[in-house]
Amino acid sequence: MPPAAAAEQPSSDALSLRVPEPHGRPGDAPAFAGLLNSRAGNVRRPPVDAPARGMEDLAASLIRVLDDDGQAVGPWCPDLSDPELLAGLGDMLKVRAFDSRMLMAQRQGKTSFYMQCTGEEAVACAFQRTMRPGDMNFPTYRQQGLLITAGYPLLDMMCQVLSNSRDPLKGRQLPVMYSARTHGFFSISGNLGTQFIQAVGWSMASAIKGGTAIAAAWVGDGSTAESDFHSALVFASTYRSPVVLNIVNNQWAISTFQGIARGDGPTFAARGVGFGIPALLVDGNDFLAVYAAAAWATERARRNLGPTLIEHFTYRSAAHSTSDDPAVYRPKAEHEAWPLGDPIERLKTHLILKGIWSEAQHTQAVDEIESEVLGLQKQAESFGTLRDGPPLSPREMFLDVYHEMPPHLQRQRQQAGF
Amino acid sequence: MIEAIRDAHDVMMEREPNLVVFGEDVGFFGGVFRCTKGLQKKFGSHRCFDTPISENGIVGAAVGMAAYGLRPCVEIQFSDYMYPAFDQIVSEAARLRYRSAGDFSAPMTIRMPVGGGIYGGQTHSQSPESLFAHVCGLKTVMPSNPYDSKGLLIAAIEDEDPVVFLEPKRLYNGPFDGHHDRPVVPWSSHALSEVPDGYYRVPLGKATVRREGGAVTIVTYGTMVHVALAATQESGIDAEVIDLRSLVPLDEEAIIESVRKTGRCVIVHEATRICGFGAELSAVIQESCFYHLKTPIRRVTGWDTPYPHAFEWQYFPGPGRVADEIRLALED
Repeated sequence: MPPAAAAEQPSSDALSLRVPEPHGRPGDAPAFAGLLNSRAGNVRRPPVDAPARGMEDLAASLIRVLDDDGQAVGPWCPDLSDPELLAGLGDMLKVRAFDSRMLMAQRQGKTSFYMQCTGEEAVACAFQRTMRPGDMNFPTYRQQGLLITAGYPLLDMMCQVLSNSRDPLKGRQLPVMYSARTHGFFSISGNLGTQFIQAVGWSMASAIKGGTAIAAAWVGDGSTAESDFHSALVFASTYRSPVVLNIVNNQWAISTFQGIARGDGPTFAARGVGFGIPALLVDGNDFLAVYAAAAWATERARRNLGPTLIEHFTYRSAAHSTSDDPAVYRPKAEHEAWPLGDPIERLKTHLILKGIWSEAQHTQAVDEIESEVLGLQKQAESFGTLRDGPPLSPREMFLDVYHEMPPHLQRQRQQAGF
Repeated sequence: MIEAIRDAHDVMMEREPNLVVFGEDVGFFGGVFRCTKGLQKKFGSHRCFDTPISENGIVGAAVGMAAYGLRPCVEIQFSDYMYPAFDQIVSEAARLRYRSAGDFSAPMTIRMPVGGGIYGGQTHSQSPESLFAHVCGLKTVMPSNPYDSKGLLIAAIEDEDPVVFLEPKRLYNGPFDGHHDRPVVPWSSHALSEVPDGYYRVPLGKATVRREGGAVTIVTYGTMVHVALAATQESGIDAEVIDLRSLVPLDEEAIIESVRKTGRCVIVHEATRICGFGAELSAVIQESCFYHLKTPIRRVTGWDTPYPHAFEWQYFPGPGRVADEIRLALED
């Protein structure tokens, strides 16, 4: 959806620079006209072992399963049992409740920082259902749904966010930069894009060793501009490594709209085409579509058919982080106007339509999850917060820099008095 | 030295099934300096392979492989070209263990040819060791001879931490004392060209004394070890020459012991001066040997300019410049 200005030709011979602008700024009405280029069920689903060549159309047309009424339609409709669907809804509700509590904890000064994934819950929660024990995600800071769906204890996540005495990362990391090898969740780094090529390396290792595990790489729309993104694509393609390369296009990189990363012309998925990597563009707010695309891509990887690129098309409903105020750079109600809706509401509608869920059950589930999360938060805070309660030993500051502490760090630790 | 490095790969690829070797031109061709010659043929293209020209890709993929459980030993063709990989080295490889509280680690080796004296100009001559030494979580190593090259590379590959392994390319084919006007001498006539077959280690973090002396301590590493030895011999001064071998961890004891004995110190490196590794060495010596010092610590280094092409020998700190500084250190 290129902005109108891009099409205008300068009238004189003088050159002029094209600087893309978003569809709306504060005070403007949200405008997403023409955004949806396919109706639910309308995009074809090629066989998993189809060659990349001839699949280019899939990088440009949005795979959607749930229609406006909540019916699951078309060839991408996944094979998910009722209990799996209900569990998926539960995962998303848990992510949202967790985000909400941690946001509150930050506002109350119990930690310094937090990042929500509001509106993007389906992407991680649906994707994780296609991963197996031993597989490894290389997430960004906005895929907490992977951890929660994988069953990582919320209590441990909270302790990390609070940097308290039970923090698995010993107070060394900024909140939300989790690490959980046991749950297939690689250590998060603040440096954007770096993990995208690392995921490819990990998957190459699995192939070198003749293993069965696959990797999933994650990056946002903004970070596709980082050079590691491009390295990842060329390495994955060259070595045909078993990796799924996920781009979560939530339209915004802090205050910068995705057109600045050149998502306003060809899609981000189309980046895969040039590398000979099959690429899918998927409705990221459609739990069923994300699951179906992920299942297709992970099966390709497991069958040694190589990498797949998936662009998850979604919208960052919340602020970038607790240090951000989106009201200063985008229309206030833009997330409400997002034509792909809310992932939780859409799956809920589908499940009610299917006759396996009801408004009453939903309300009860939300209440139960919120009180569970609140109870865990109280438990987590009993181990301390960033500012109060039982502290971590500052000795931790000097450990794990190296496998064994070298003499200069031993001296510094003594000097510091720990 | 090339053969010693190649041999270290060979020995370790036999012993360590998780060792994989890759980089630009290292596979079929065996490396632009022949350091990986024959490895692909012997161990197969899953163990030794060519990569796209992407330094961040090479190091980033290696971090991922190391996290999986492999032990990558990768090559950056020239240290001058490591900059695209700097983010992966500094932000990722070096910090992975710390930031994940040991949940993940990056046991990997990053080899790169360094140094000048070869008319390499600006982008085939740099010595970026201080950029690595400044990064917590990295180990930084630079051998000066074939024996150490093999032993240190084996130790680096076996190390649980990421090691930046810097190879002075001027020393690849023979020792070089800075006398560029004399014929090149091959390693075969040098005592340290005797490289044992099979497995042995030279420990990281241990310096060695190349020449014992009582008048002044010269602290150096890499190509400049040979320059310092030549300067010592030509000036007839009874200098003690320390070859650091590892910059991080640094063998401070060896340096301190020697400077306390001699009371004088000259630091020699090819890298540029400001914030070069010599500044750290100078600070360590000043802190630990202050009352033993008879004259100020002196540094002989490359000038604070990009490495020039035509002025190779005006830039390279040769034996004449080193000898001059040794004499100055002996005054008073």
